[in-house]
Amino acid sequence: MTDASMDTADAPRGKISLTAADARTKHRNAAEKRFQMYGLAAIGTGIFFLVVLLWAILANGLTAFQQTFIEVPVYLDEAKLDKNGNRDIEDIKKVSTFGYQPLIQQAILAQVQDEGFDTPLEDAKDMKALISASAAAQLRDYVIANPDRIGQTIDFRILASSRVDGYFKGRVKRDDLARDKNIDAEHLDLVDQMRRAGLIQKSFNTEFIFGADASESRPEQAGLGVSMLGSFFMMLVVLALSLPIGVAASIYLEEFAPQNRWTDLIEVNISNLAAVPSIVFGILGLAVFIQFMHLPQSAPLVGGLVLTLMTLPTIIISTRASLKSVPPSIRDAALGVGASKMQAVFHHVLPLAMPGILTGTIIGLAQALGETAPLLLIGMVGYIATNYPDGIAEGFMSPNSAMPAQIYEWAKRADPAYYERAWGGIIILLVFLLTMNIIAIILRRRFERRW
Amino acid sequence: MPLLWLIVIVLALAAIGYVAARGRAMKSAGGDSRHLHSLPSYYGSNAAIKVVVPAFLLLIVWLLAQPLYVNAVVSGMIPDTEVAEGSNLSLVMAEVRRAADGIDNAIAAGLMRPDAVADLGASDVTQTLKDAGQIVTSELTPAVLDAARKFRVLNNSGTLYMTVAVIVLALAGLGIALRETNKDFRARNVVETSIRYLLIAAASIAILTTVGIVFSLIGNTIRFFSLYPAGDFFGSLTWSPSFGGGSELGIWPLLWGTLYISFVALLVAVPIGLFAAVYLSEYAGPKMRAFAKPALEVLAGIPTIVYGLFALLTVGPLLLSVFGSDGLGWMQGTRAVITAGIAMGIMLIPFVSSLSDDIINAVPQAMRDGSYGLGATKSETIKQVILPAALPGIVGAILLATSRAIGETMIVVLGAGAAAKLSLNPFEAMTTVTTRIVSQLTGDADFASPEALVAFALGMTLFILTLGLNVFALYIVRKYREQYE
Repeated sequence: MTDASMDTADAPRGKISLTAADARTKHRNAAEKRFQMYGLAAIGTGIFFLVVLLWAILANGLTAFQQTFIEVPVYLDEAKLDKNGNRDIEDIKKVSTFGYQPLIQQAILAQVQDEGFDTPLEDAKDMKALISASAAAQLRDYVIANPDRIGQTIDFRILASSRVDGYFKGRVKRDDLARDKNIDAEHLDLVDQMRRAGLIQKSFNTEFIFGADASESRPEQAGLGVSMLGSFFMMLVVLALSLPIGVAASIYLEEFAPQNRWTDLIEVNISNLAAVPSIVFGILGLAVFIQFMHLPQSAPLVGGLVLTLMTLPTIIISTRASLKSVPPSIRDAALGVGASKMQAVFHHVLPLAMPGILTGTIIGLAQALGETAPLLLIGMVGYIATNYPDGIAEGFMSPNSAMPAQIYEWAKRADPAYYERAWGGIIILLVFLLTMNIIAIILRRRFERRW
Repeated sequence: MPLLWLIVIVLALAAIGYVAARGRAMKSAGGDSRHLHSLPSYYGSNAAIKVVVPAFLLLIVWLLAQPLYVNAVVSGMIPDTEVAEGSNLSLVMAEVRRAADGIDNAIAAGLMRPDAVADLGASDVTQTLKDAGQIVTSELTPAVLDAARKFRVLNNSGTLYMTVAVIVLALAGLGIALRETNKDFRARNVVETSIRYLLIAAASIAILTTVGIVFSLIGNTIRFFSLYPAGDFFGSLTWSPSFGGGSELGIWPLLWGTLYISFVALLVAVPIGLFAAVYLSEYAGPKMRAFAKPALEVLAGIPTIVYGLFALLTVGPLLLSVFGSDGLGWMQGTRAVITAGIAMGIMLIPFVSSLSDDIINAVPQAMRDGSYGLGATKSETIKQVILPAALPGIVGAILLATSRAIGETMIVVLGAGAAAKLSLNPFEAMTTVTTRIVSQLTGDADFASPEALVAFALGMTLFILTLGLNVFALYIVRKYREQYE
């Protein structure tokens, strides 16, 4: 047999070596190499995408944490702000922000002239392009809070307009000015001179983290603070409902449920619900909570309820996994010393499974925190909220936004200054998610137990 | 907030019940807990449960039923003449509710005396409400004002009755629990049975959610088809909603956009995800695996709004600079099928890779060894043995990723545009089912117009489509897994 097969081999005898590969082996080895390279390339591409994504977020968003401010001494003219001169707060309140605007513009013009800047802009109205529309409101609030300062000159630190801010950050370029109605090259020349004199500066933007959303024309003033609060109240609802309900449901299914059609139905249902598109939950919330139950639209309570229904399957699935990982010997031991089934579960199994349950819950909450689509349907979008809610009940019931919905709202607005806010908002959102995930990992590491 | 107070009162009663029942049980056993049937805390818990559970059940049922009852009574008061042309009853009812809320707020702000509500005329009330800064869309008609008054009266008395009923029920529960508490009462068994029912109730919420989804979709879909013929919905190739009426609401352009974008996304995600999974499970060392697998999974943990922004502001402009008018001239704007498709593909990579990785790992080592023994190289083994063996599972993973892509909202809302088109060009803007759901339901349209209701029909389509895909995928994955267990 072996001889016969040897004879049929027509390869040249004597030249065969195991170390020198023939053409076919070379081909096969090359195919092997190529295949391996494809795999590496795929992983490389995946990680490349991740890096690009993170880079885009950081490069575009970090600038939102800095804002350009103008420092200017403003003379609070008594003749304009308090005509009667009696410091009556009601009289002072009658002066609208339009009354304050000229004061700021004149103050800046005076400053420009004092410093002797070389600029063709000589009218106070020309300074309007430099300052934010919110500056007048800032001044008015100050005067109403301190009516006795009328007639004095006070140093203010006011927001620069979004164009000046963009010029500082490189978003507004001189080449594009021809298409821009809001600012001219003369303004930018003046800004350069003011920057050299230290009158305009960039500094950390606390207003972006703690402030409220602003109107379309004032991107420099917009902040994420109020929608953060909305997200916080929503997460409270989700946590308060989904943790107990999810744990109770898992305990029943894992420890008590008989194997019958009803529990089978529940199980299939839960795994299906985990894969239902999130927007369908938004439709559910709209139809049930708002149309049918007439709960207030845009309220964090409704948002929280919708997100609870959405996160429940996730929490149930992970809780069941961690209940399953507690060995039967624990249950047997508890039953052996005379505990009832309920006591065995609640006094022994549940505490041991708790770290796993908490990890799953935190991950479910993180998912809910980043969810946007269902919130759009129940109207939790930015522009409704302008101010902080007062009180706990207000926090749940009054219209508010949530972080991702606010980011979406900014991304929809046409002004590029808002894109910077959207990226910045994403940084804050990701910091929250990262923190939650790290807590979950630490919990898992710290309490991980191998039986 | 009276509801909050009601809850606090019931909880306080429960606490009282706990302490009292526990004390009573101990007293009946002469202070020695060994003479009790159950541990003392069970007697307390029994009382607390008997106070809280029936009271809260009643509270929930009442809160659900009262608006329905009040609505039915009040809408009966509105004459047909009140419902203007082009409007409907639910709009008038919304006006009634707004007026009632406005009156409540005005009273709370001290601008209106409670006893004056019944005497004031419609124009007076409108004026007062406007002065109080309440939202009143137009002049209140006498009928609406009457309805609003009735609405307030019914609601106020309903809330009062509810408070009384809930507290009475809680007290009754407390009384019953205290009466049955003595040393021979089997408190533990009772408590454990009730906890068991509570657990069952919690597990049933999953069913309730599905029922809620199905009913809200079906109810509104039926209303939509009563206003708009189903034949046009499924037969028309044009999607052009106009809130003035005369809109064409054909689903095909939307379905086409959805499927096309999902296809582009899978074109990105499947090769990358599959090769990554193969490499991770077959070639990569433990160090590489420990780094690369979580790094890819980070992509799945990033919220979709981030991908949406990434598509709109990074991928779109990048593609436009290559394929736009400065480059090849194929692309008009940043929003296009390919923009959304690429961003969504990146999001889906970990779905494909993680699931496939698990499935490839589940292929038994014996199959690999057999292949190596026959002289196959590693890549030949993978291509000819492992992948065919894992194929059903991989198909399942891809199906799950597809259903995810079809249901994805934020990426397409920001990246895909709003033009409903039936076109093959991936550089054109197209729209999807989810995008349309968002825009039909976030406009100012009232819920009774077909233009808004169509969103529910679209949601129903989406739900059925993804549910079918999920069930099929789970079926395939499960069937395959059982073969090697």
